[in-house]
Amino acid sequence: MTPLAGYLLLSALLFAIGLGGALARRNAIIVLIGIELMLNAANLNFIAFWRYGPNPEALTGILFVLFSIGIAAAEAAVGLAIIIAVYRHYRTTNLDRITSLKG
Amino acid sequence: MDWIVPFLWLIPALPLIAAGAVAVVPKNRKRFAATAAIASMVGSLVLALIAFGHSLARIKGGQSAPEVFNFRWFDLGESALRLGWVLDPLTAVMLVMVCLVGLLIFIYSVGYMAHDDNFTRFFCFLALFASAMLGVIISNNLLLLFICWELVGLTSYLLIGFWFHKPEAAAAAKKAFITTRIGDLAFLLGMVWLNSETGTLLFYDGGRGCLEQGALSALMARATSLGIAASTGIGLLIFAGAVGKSGQLPLHVWLPDAMEGPTPVSALIHAATMVAAGVFLVARVYPLMEASSATLTVITWVGVLTAFFAASIAVAQNDIKRILAYSTVSQLGFMMMGLGVGGVAVGMFHLITHAFFKALLFMGAGSVIHGCHEEQDIRKMGGLKRLMPLTFATYMAGMLALSGFPLLFSGFWSKDEILHAAHGWDGSHGPFYLGLVAAFLTAFYMTRQVCQVFLGEHRARAGGALAAQSPCQPHESPAVMTVPLVVLSFFAVLLGFVGTPAWPWFQQFLKGGVAATDFQHLFSAETLRLIGLSSVIALGGIGTGWWFYGRRPLKVADEVDPVESLRPDIYGVLRNKYYIDEIYEVTFVSLNAWWARACNWLEFWVWSGVARAAGHVVLGLGWVNRAIDEYIVNLGFDRGCEGVTRGGGWFSRLQNGQVQTYLRVIGVALAVLVLLLIWGGRS
Repeated sequence: MTPLAGYLLLSALLFAIGLGGALARRNAIIVLIGIELMLNAANLNFIAFWRYGPNPEALTGILFVLFSIGIAAAEAAVGLAIIIAVYRHYRTTNLDRITSLKG
Repeated sequence: MDWIVPFLWLIPALPLIAAGAVAVVPKNRKRFAATAAIASMVGSLVLALIAFGHSLARIKGGQSAPEVFNFRWFDLGESALRLGWVLDPLTAVMLVMVCLVGLLIFIYSVGYMAHDDNFTRFFCFLALFASAMLGVIISNNLLLLFICWELVGLTSYLLIGFWFHKPEAAAAAKKAFITTRIGDLAFLLGMVWLNSETGTLLFYDGGRGCLEQGALSALMARATSLGIAASTGIGLLIFAGAVGKSGQLPLHVWLPDAMEGPTPVSALIHAATMVAAGVFLVARVYPLMEASSATLTVITWVGVLTAFFAASIAVAQNDIKRILAYSTVSQLGFMMMGLGVGGVAVGMFHLITHAFFKALLFMGAGSVIHGCHEEQDIRKMGGLKRLMPLTFATYMAGMLALSGFPLLFSGFWSKDEILHAAHGWDGSHGPFYLGLVAAFLTAFYMTRQVCQVFLGEHRARAGGALAAQSPCQPHESPAVMTVPLVVLSFFAVLLGFVGTPAWPWFQQFLKGGVAATDFQHLFSAETLRLIGLSSVIALGGIGTGWWFYGRRPLKVADEVDPVESLRPDIYGVLRNKYYIDEIYEVTFVSLNAWWARACNWLEFWVWSGVARAAGHVVLGLGWVNRAIDEYIVNLGFDRGCEGVTRGGGWFSRLQNGQVQTYLRVIGVALAVLVLLLIWGGRS
């Protein structure tokens, strides 16, 4: 059986890729995909810690993850809707151009 | 009928309500104005007659103390200010007189003022005046009396200046107001003094009032630093108020000028009622006056000198109303003299009879003026006997009453009463002889006036530079004006019989007693001698007047007066009213003007100099303040602000609006946090 550290490393890698995508890319959709990746890294951590934790029979971790995936789906829908609204307004999805939060 | 005493306030309240109602209706509601004012006077007259009947019944029942109704107006700390009204024979008689004469004059005004644009305003003022005058009469408190007294003065001002577009009328109104104010100031001082001595201004208050025995003896015992008793000082100060209001020497100057007002006003205010308020005031506080013989002496001499002095001026006047005005001043002098030498009853009797016949004369004069198209110069009249028969007949009744025509007319009995009392006065015989002269002059000038106005031929168009181009004949006045004249002439004739020596009902009523007929007194040698003497005086005056003016009436308007051709020097002095107005002009008025200029100079250079210096000091301080403000407070603050702005600009660079930058910050912060946790956990 793969040790816990393997899962955690995979999770950390996944998170880093997601973070890199969210920070570096200019396209809002890619940024949203990065965020989804980071969320799934967190889900993977949940599963790993549940499976290797002191009480794997209780199914708590998987329950959390199910909720989290449901919420992620809803969040993705909301996020895409926002991106579409932003696109309609600015005629672009390039985040460098969307700076109206500037103080 | 005891209910009348607490409800005495209704008598002045009714005209007051009428005045208020008339004041708010539009200007063209003439019928409403006249109806409201007259109806309120009828109401007051009915109530006054009830009060009179009540007073009469009480005296029949042997009670003569005044009935009072006092109430608390408001509290001042420990003490309370109490007002009230009083019903005694004096009040009752005055109420009936004022209501009756007022009512007749109101009715007369409907005719006289019919064509005036400000008809409603006139009735508003008249009703207000009646209300104030009735208030003076009923008040049982010197303060309440003073309030009403000033209201009377105000309405007098308003009515004299009723035709304010005439400069003379406006000036006369001001003169009347200011001159009476001089007397009122003394009155006010007397009132304050009285209050500080006795602690109350109520006249009658069940033994604690200021006219009752306790307070009076305290006042008489109290000596002042001037060497006179407090009662004398207070009495003289209050009398000064009466001098102003009643046109006594030396404050009489306003009364003849007051004739600029409409004639009904002259009749009501400046002949029958308001000027009598001064006499009434002296009668009201008579216990106080009586407390000191010095006060009575002053009253007597002021009265008799006024009587003589004004009668002599009236001889040489040509304005029909001005003659009557000086006659009023003179008769008021008689009243004062009557109060001084004989007491309340003597003065009041003349006041009441005079009110009726003087109102009659003024209204007759108004009828003449109305008929002659606003002509007031008696030289341009003449021959009106034929043209205005009813006015002539009633005017004759008034004139004979004023002249004191023997036995038949009221003026004879009341004036005889005064002369009788003056004869018996133990101070001096001077007033008696001066009074006789004044009575002679009265008969003389009234005969002169009647001869010039009513006898001979109408002179308006006949001859000389004075003749006016009056386009139409004089005409008799309408019934609304002549009926009040007829009613008044009845009173002018008959009223004397309530106070003859044989049946002194009036005098006894005022003293609170019941009169008995006493023909012995009438036929006693002394009475008969005095009656004879005053008859001779009156007939002599009328005869002399006839000799000068009646035998051969003036033919043209600018003919020289017969008396003037006799003694032009004396006549000139008289015609110019002893130059009193001119003397006042060069003394008091110019003194006042000089004083005002001095005050102005002082004000400009001294006081405002101080003020200006103070102003400049403040201005200098202002400069210093401004410098501190600008260079210390503001500069520091500005620097602070700049710093904050710069800091803000620096920080605002963080807020570039790019979501990813924020996200980077969060990422870096997360990494730092994780590293810290790892290293922190290790130590």
